[in-house]
Amino acid sequence: MLIKTRNLTKIYPHNDGAVHAINNLSFDIPKGSFVTVTGASGSGKTTLLLILGGLLHPSSGTMVYNGKALNMQKDDVMANFRSNHVGFVMQSFALISYLTAVENIMIALNVRNKNKAEARKQAIELLDWVGLNDRINHYPKELSAGQQQRVAIARALANSPDLLLADEPTGNLDPGLSEEILGILKVINENHNTTVIMVTHSPIAASFGNITISLENGQIKTNNQSKYEEIFQLTH
Amino acid sequence: MNLFKLVLIELWHRKSQLVSGLLAITLGIGVIVGIRSFSVVSEKAVAVNLDNLGANIMVLPQAASVDNYYSADIDAPTFPESYVERIVTSSLPGVDNLSPKLTRRLKIGNESIVLTGILPKSEIASKPIWQQGGLFADKIAASCAPKPGAEPAKYLDERLQRKGIDSLAEADCFIGSVIAQRLNLKEKDKLNIEGKDFTVVNVLPETGTVDDDRVFANLHTVQELLGTGEQISAIEIMGCCSEISDGLLGKLRNVLPDTRITTIGQIVSTQIETNKMMNKISFVFLIIILFVGGISIGNYIWANVNERRKEIGILRMIGYHKRHVYFILVLKGIIIGFLGGIAGYILGTFGAIWLGPQFAGIEVAPIYTLILVSVVISVSVSIIGTVIPAYMAGKIEPFSNMQEE
Ligand SMILES: Nc1ncnc2c1ncn2[C@@H]1O[C@H](COP(=O)(O)OP(=O)(O)O)[C@@H](O)[C@H]1O
Ligand SMILES: [Mg+2]
Repeated sequence: MLIKTRNLTKIYPHNDGAVHAINNLSFDIPKGSFVTVTGASGSGKTTLLLILGGLLHPSSGTMVYNGKALNMQKDDVMANFRSNHVGFVMQSFALISYLTAVENIMIALNVRNKNKAEARKQAIELLDWVGLNDRINHYPKELSAGQQQRVAIARALANSPDLLLADEPTGNLDPGLSEEILGILKVINENHNTTVIMVTHSPIAASFGNITISLENGQIKTNNQSKYEEIFQLTH
Repeated sequence: MNLFKLVLIELWHRKSQLVSGLLAITLGIGVIVGIRSFSVVSEKAVAVNLDNLGANIMVLPQAASVDNYYSADIDAPTFPESYVERIVTSSLPGVDNLSPKLTRRLKIGNESIVLTGILPKSEIASKPIWQQGGLFADKIAASCAPKPGAEPAKYLDERLQRKGIDSLAEADCFIGSVIAQRLNLKEKDKLNIEGKDFTVVNVLPETGTVDDDRVFANLHTVQELLGTGEQISAIEIMGCCSEISDGLLGKLRNVLPDTRITTIGQIVSTQIETNKMMNKISFVFLIIILFVGGISIGNYIWANVNERRKEIGILRMIGYHKRHVYFILVLKGIIIGFLGGIAGYILGTFGAIWLGPQFAGIEVAPIYTLILVSVVISVSVSIIGTVIPAYMAGKIEPFSNMQEE
C-alpha cells in the first residue's frame, strides 16, 4: 500500500462552532491506482487531499505513506516529503505570474538542487511532453487556461512524483480541454505507475479513475464504505 | 534558477512598488550623506583656518587679559623666558613651534607702534600666513601644523622665508603693513626706536590683525632695549588642531601652572559649533531613518508578503522550506537596502555638490568612503524592517492558495 489512513479527522476551529471537515476516514490506496474523490462542495475533498499531500496536519488519526507515519512531523520533514514524492495540480493552476512557463517549472526543480543548465533542459523536456515546446518563454497570462494547466502538470511532474494530487484540475476548463488534461493524467498514471488522486465534481472525470472515494460531510458515503472495504480488503 | 534570481525577477516585475519602497530610505541616506559631505568640508575649513592663522595657542602671564587673542601679549605683565625651556623639555605631542615674545606699546614721533621681540626662526616658521601673502590667499591642505619636510612646498617664495629667518639680526626688524604706510617705510630704510637704529629687512603683507601695527625685532634686542632682563610677555605655540581638542591645553597648564593659556578657539568656535550642530542633525536623521526607513521597508515587504501569499503558498506547496521563504524576504530586504544606500549616496552627494556653492559658498567634494557607510546603514535598517514581515510570511500555510475557490 502506498497510503494507509486510519480514523483521519480534521477539525477546523471556528467562532460559529468547529467544522469537522473530514471525520474518521480509514482507507488504503495501493500504489499505481487512479483514485477519484467526489462529493458535494464542502464535503471535505480538498481537506483530504491537503492531508494526503503533506500540506495539512490532521487533527487526529494517522496517515502512513510507504510505511512511514507522516502526521505530526516537523514542517521541514513535510516540505521534503512534498518535494521528493508529491506533485500537485490545482484548479487555479497555481502558477507564479511573473515567471515564464519554463521558469515556473525550474523553481520546482530548484528545490531539488539541480544545476541551472540541467534544470532548464529538464523543464523544457517536461513542457515538450505536455505539448508546449512552443510556449517555453510565455508568461501564464499569455497562455490559455488549458495551456496553463498543462504547465502546472509539467511542474507537478518535475520531481518525478510517486503521488500526483489533483484538486479539480478541470474545474476551470471547458469539456474538450478537460478531457485533454484528464488524458494526460491517465497517461502519467499508466506509463509512469504514478499514483494519482484526483478530486472532481464531474462524473466524466470520475470515470477516469479505477477507484472512487465519495465523500459526504467529511465521511465516506455509507453505501460506499462496504464497497471500499471489499476493494481494498481494508484491515482494521 | 536560484532564489537570488527569483527575487530579482520578482523585484523587477513590481518596479513601481520597489521605487516607493525605496523612497524613504533613499531620502534619509541622501540627507545624511549630504550633511556629512558639508560638515567634512567645513571641518577641513576649520583645520585650514587654524593652520593658516599660525600659532594657535598663546601662553600668557596669569594677570594678562585675553579679550583679543591677537593683542593679548601687548602690555601684558611678563614671565621668565625659561618657560619656553619647560615646554620643550616636557616634549608634549602636538606642539610644533614655540615662539616667545616680548611686546610693548611705544611711540615713534606721534605714531604709536607695537614693538614685539621675537626669536626669528620659530616666529617665522609658526606663521605660515606671512609667507602666504594673507589669510586664505592660497589653499592649504587641511593638515596639522606644517611638517618640517613638507614645509617648503607650501611657501610661495622660499627665498623670502630664508631671508626673514637669517637676517633678523640684532639691529634688523620686520614691520607690519600699517606701520610701513604710516611711517612711510620700505625695505632697507632705517627706523629709530627708543634711541636705537633698526634696519627694515621686510615689510610684512597685510593680515588685518594687530600684527599690521607691529614692529618685529630680535627678542634679545628688545629685552635689552626695554630693560626687562630675560622676561617675555607671551609664548605663541603652534599646536596641532587634533591635539588641541585632545586636551593639549590641559597638559600645557600642568607644565606651566602659573600662566594663562588660551587658544584661537573663539575665532573658529562658531564654525565648530556649526559642525557640531550638523553632526547632531545627521545623528537625528540617522534615528529618523532607522524608524521611517525601517518602517517603510518593513511596510513594503509586508505588502509584498500579503500580495505574495499565493506565491509563497505555491513555493511551500512544491516543497520550499520556511527558511527558503525567510531567505527570499531577507534577500529582498538586503537588495532594497543596497539600492537605497547607493541611491541615497548619489542623491546626497550630488545634492551637496550642487547646493553647496549656491547656499553655503562651499565647494563640496564627494566622500567615497560614505558609499560603504550608506550601504551598511541602509542594509541594516532594511534587514531590521524585514524581520517581522518575514516571520509572518513563514506562518503562511503552504496550501493557503488552494483554499481560494
Ligand atoms: N481553513 C478553514 N477554516 C475553517 N473551515 C474550513 C477551512 N477550510 C475548509 N473549511 C471547511 O471545511 C469543510 C470542508 O472544506 P473543503 O475540504 O474545502 O471541502 P470541498 O473541497 O469538498 O469543497 C467546509 O465546510 C469548509 O467550510
Ligand atoms: Mg475543494
